[in-house]
Amino acid sequence: MSDEVTAEILSTHILDLARQGKRLDGRTPDEYRRIEVEHGFVVTADGSALARIGETAVLSGIKLEPGKPYPDTPNAGVLTTNAELIPLSSPTFEPGPPHPRAIEVSRVVDRAIRAAETIDLKKLCVTPSEKCWSCFVDIHVLDHSGNIIDAASLAALGALTHATLPQKRFGIAEADIPLAVEHFPVECTFTRLGETIVVDATFDEERAGQGRVTIATDEAGNIVAMQKGLIGAFSPDDVKEMAERAFRHGDRLRAIARGV
Amino acid sequence: MGNVGAKEIPELFGPDGLRTDGRRPDELRPLKITAGPLHQADGSAFVEWGFNKVMAAVYGPREVHPRHLQENNKAIVQCRYNMAAFSVDERKRPGLDRRSQEISKVIAEAFESVIFAEEYPRTSVDVYIEVLQANAGTRCAGVVAASVALADAGIPMVDLLPAVAVGKVGGKLVLDLNKLEDNFGEADLPMALVPQSGRLVLMQMEGHMHRDELGRALDMGVAGCRGIYEKMKAALRDRYAVAPAASSEVSA
Repeated sequence: MSDEVTAEILSTHILDLARQGKRLDGRTPDEYRRIEVEHGFVVTADGSALARIGETAVLSGIKLEPGKPYPDTPNAGVLTTNAELIPLSSPTFEPGPPHPRAIEVSRVVDRAIRAAETIDLKKLCVTPSEKCWSCFVDIHVLDHSGNIIDAASLAALGALTHATLPQKRFGIAEADIPLAVEHFPVECTFTRLGETIVVDATFDEERAGQGRVTIATDEAGNIVAMQKGLIGAFSPDDVKEMAERAFRHGDRLRAIARGV
Repeated sequence: MGNVGAKEIPELFGPDGLRTDGRRPDELRPLKITAGPLHQADGSAFVEWGFNKVMAAVYGPREVHPRHLQENNKAIVQCRYNMAAFSVDERKRPGLDRRSQEISKVIAEAFESVIFAEEYPRTSVDVYIEVLQANAGTRCAGVVAASVALADAGIPMVDLLPAVAVGKVGGKLVLDLNKLEDNFGEADLPMALVPQSGRLVLMQMEGHMHRDELGRALDMGVAGCRGIYEKMKAALRDRYAVAPAASSEVSA
């Protein structure tokens, strides 16, 4: 049997189960797989975290370097987020220039970090228009078993909360200091399976799904970013319900990312 | 939103509660839609919305390029949202940046959610959106233009896709942000509605919106979309209206 045929049979089965509020791995529609965040996975980085959600694994590393503020934001440091869907993580990823889906992951994770003002970029400015810190958040998806957006967001927040400003390396000061993290955004992603909306979809559930919605929340009750992706439609009531669910999961995800 | 290190936040509401351009919080900017302005495309539309000018063209269903993207059981939708170098204050480097690629992706997915793709297997419906003059809300203007262009091309769809952004400005929810409000506002929530089902097929959001405000923001956007929907239908009616025949020809 070809892969295409087995995938279709599996999708039909997943949708049948969803109709009864069940999932292939026994979870309820509102249940995450096991989540773990390992801080300091890469010592060469100024901060790093490996996030695992079930079989999905995403590694994020932070690098801070002296840079120059952008002309339109002379009083702010620079934050750059980039996600790579490297071919080792899935048979469906190919080498080459970034695929739109990698760009989407980067931008959705970046949007939450930026909009939540996770890092106060003004504090990364050293001399206006001249010198600042550039903070690079690089994300590598290592094992794509579904829901890479939430894993990437956990890895990025985990890495940022444990990052140090490498002042010594650049001869700026005698000692390094921790990077100040002000807010703690996490993303929560939902997938439509028929009329059931599940959180934290697996790879097979994503393939069977009819649209996805990501909602990023902060610790103060704000929604800081949203993204509807893939083919599918959601009513405003669906969106409101997903937002409430995102807040319910948010505090636990935040605690895991921070390691507190 | 993009106000890090920016200058003083300007006053965004007058003493009368009206916005900088004189609109009420739930009022749209002037919107003019022209269906079918282009001759080579299978379908086209031009949208002038506030100070935005956006052209859209649709080609297809036609052969898929590149070939390997072809699907055996349905048509695919390929979208290219592009901003002209001269469409913004400071010249934009030509070509698709990451923002444009992301927008292209979510717009293609929105249309693929409403097009009867299974009727045209092994083909591509190509949607081209060119932002010629930008003033906040270009992705929504692009969706509106592309949707009318798809209808003009005769592509069977569940419905047209009206789109608009709701924002939060000075703590207040407003419909259809202008450039100033987009630059200095606290949140931006663009969406596209399937009027028939009441469901959203495009939704993005950035900024700070408290959880208690989300419901009202979505309602405001849906109401805005319904107004835009009427203008989209009117534009198509204008395009295909049959001129009243002279009375002498009405015999038989």
